[in-house]
Amino acid sequence: MDTPLRNPVRSIFETTLRDDSVVVNIGPSHPATHGTVQIIAELDGERVLRSDVHCGYLHRGFEKECEDHTWHNLIPYVDRLNYVSALINDFAYCDGVEQLMGVQITPRCRVLRTLLSEYSRLVDHLTCLAAGLMELGAMTAFLYLVMVRDYMYEHLAALTGARVTYTYGRIGGLARDLPEGWLARMEEILVQYEEFVDRVHVLVDRNRIFIDRMRNVGVISTADALSYGFTGVILRSTGVPRDLRKDMPYLAYAELDFEVPVGIKGDNYDRYYVRMREMDESVHMMRQLAQMLQSPALQGPINVDDRRCTFPDKPLVYREIESLINHFKLVIDGPVVPAGEAYSAHESPNGELGFYLVSTGSGTPYKVHCRAPSFVHMGGAHLMLDGGQLADIVPTFGSINMIGGECDR
Amino acid sequence: MADPIFSTLQQALVPAAGPATLAHGILVFMLTPAELQPAVRRLRDEFGFDLFLDVTAVDWLGQSPRFELVYHFYSTTHKQRVRLKARVDEGDPTVDSLVPLYGSAAFMERECHDMYGIVFRGNSDLRPILLYEGFVGHPLRKDYPKQREQPLVPYRS
Amino acid sequence: MSAMYARTVPIVPAAHGKDAAFEYLTTRKDELIGWARKFSIFPYPFVTACCAMEFMAVSASPYDTDRFGAALPRFSPRQADLLMVVGTVTHKQAPILLKVYEQMCEPKWVMAFGVCATSGGFYQNYAALPGIDRIIPVDIYIPGCPPRPEMVIDGIMQLQEKIAGSRHPIITDRF
Repeated sequence: MDTPLRNPVRSIFETTLRDDSVVVNIGPSHPATHGTVQIIAELDGERVLRSDVHCGYLHRGFEKECEDHTWHNLIPYVDRLNYVSALINDFAYCDGVEQLMGVQITPRCRVLRTLLSEYSRLVDHLTCLAAGLMELGAMTAFLYLVMVRDYMYEHLAALTGARVTYTYGRIGGLARDLPEGWLARMEEILVQYEEFVDRVHVLVDRNRIFIDRMRNVGVISTADALSYGFTGVILRSTGVPRDLRKDMPYLAYAELDFEVPVGIKGDNYDRYYVRMREMDESVHMMRQLAQMLQSPALQGPINVDDRRCTFPDKPLVYREIESLINHFKLVIDGPVVPAGEAYSAHESPNGELGFYLVSTGSGTPYKVHCRAPSFVHMGGAHLMLDGGQLADIVPTFGSINMIGGECDR
Repeated sequence: MADPIFSTLQQALVPAAGPATLAHGILVFMLTPAELQPAVRRLRDEFGFDLFLDVTAVDWLGQSPRFELVYHFYSTTHKQRVRLKARVDEGDPTVDSLVPLYGSAAFMERECHDMYGIVFRGNSDLRPILLYEGFVGHPLRKDYPKQREQPLVPYRS
Repeated sequence: MSAMYARTVPIVPAAHGKDAAFEYLTTRKDELIGWARKFSIFPYPFVTACCAMEFMAVSASPYDTDRFGAALPRFSPRQADLLMVVGTVTHKQAPILLKVYEQMCEPKWVMAFGVCATSGGFYQNYAALPGIDRIIPVDIYIPGCPPRPEMVIDGIMQLQEKIAGSRHPIITDRF
């Protein structure tokens, strides 16, 4: 190469604290940084003295793209924020637009969105645990969990058409209703899930090596967690029972019976166990929701009957001029959202996922901002990494569950 | 939703720009940039808004002052959110940083600076976080064209 | 500059001078080496975004890449021969991609996994690189957002055909 490559980042520390410490660069193309994060760490032997976390290598210009698309057309972009639990992003965004428009979703849609949110939470926790355990060397646990996750992907593909990024949420409802036999298959998958997760529990929970690597590693205190904006599993692992599903219930969570698991010390082992327990709670909730979905009261339509946001049925579009014009306007101009601003936050598997939407009364948004939990967690990651060993960076980073699409948007 | 903390806040924090409004369930205060940091300190210490959720900006191109900073806070005890807004001018987009109050402000203010060019007085580390060294301009401003790329590696033709 | 990136040479019929026996032997040698190389691919998973989910799925059951000999990832570019660029590459990440590509030793192949690596996907803005072939040469493009595991396996098999059918010179002018 003729000219040297330019360095895209500048480290915050140029000189070392001590004479004998070494500055190493971890990432951004690294097997254990879950995508593209760079950690510039100053090491004293194996101990990390201080670390500088650089994210932004996956900044894809989500907010700028959103200003160029209609409120409907940007749902695929929203999907790809937290791509491991894509449905929750869809629903949180659609919730914000529905608040701005003053649209109330139907009861069936509410329950189905809750069910799919919990399904996405299962998939996210499975992925996080599988990747985390694989990086510790437990390849068997990775293969078990990814196999169950694959069943779930195929199952969601039967409903939405895609395995990973679904684009299933719509403003005012969902893309389509459940196909025949979907809930029965879901129950089969949950039984398989329980069997595989039991195996992982047996292999890992009381494993001496696992406990030595995860207990008292990556500890964060409650005060630090709150000051640095941690929400979700990390905050709950420090002992604070804060969960948006219980504190500010949205969708159908107020009608469900579930617990919020909490950790003790805020270390990696607590985060692992809180995730395992949260998955069990999600399964319990999904079974309750499946029961609710089969009750006669909830057999209504999926989409709200509101011309401003719901696409008319295709046969009507081909027969009636009003439906044709409605469809045309929704596609070309987008749903007209009254001027205003709204912030809607859902409890994603990583924490509080918020969307701040600003509308100036047209079919395209003026501003769509995503409050990403992973980005905020990266700001406090150095608290968990400093003082630990170099080898502890891997499990600690895995337990933070940084998702690049969400962190860098 | 008439939450008791909202009425307490409305009586306690009377900003110069006018009374607080309720926007889709969140209490919104419009402040001047100077009263921002003291108001946030009061929110955190007296009223228990311990989680600093987000800071972002809206670019109202054509209006003056041009940028509207938007802060969101959440109280784990009262389980409510509050939004603070402040307008800064294009010529001097400076506001006090919240880094002395909340640790999470560091990264979020860096992002706001990257995207809009807002300078946070008191945040000593305003390096680019989502963009890279050598990127000229602030992409989320309305006058930055979406497709203007600034490649670091020259294309192979 | 372009000579540095010309790697795979298609088999062409013998020109002037070379006798048929020599060509026959070199062709058989190329077939043997091609067969060996196509079944022992060591990928370097340059993983960035959502396609990573399908990469994990294609490495595990039931879509195992181990059946093709392409399961063992080598996270050092010196030891890898297939650079799988999985996910969007942004302008900030581009220097790192180029550095990793240049550190890999010959013979090497590049797979663009997903539409973002192929062409930038639907991120046509200031931040995303509109396809990695702007900075490095690509051997196989796998479209999809993200591509189904079957598509990835199809791509790997087509790459294997390409490797099997290309010439593998042992002694080159740059030896």
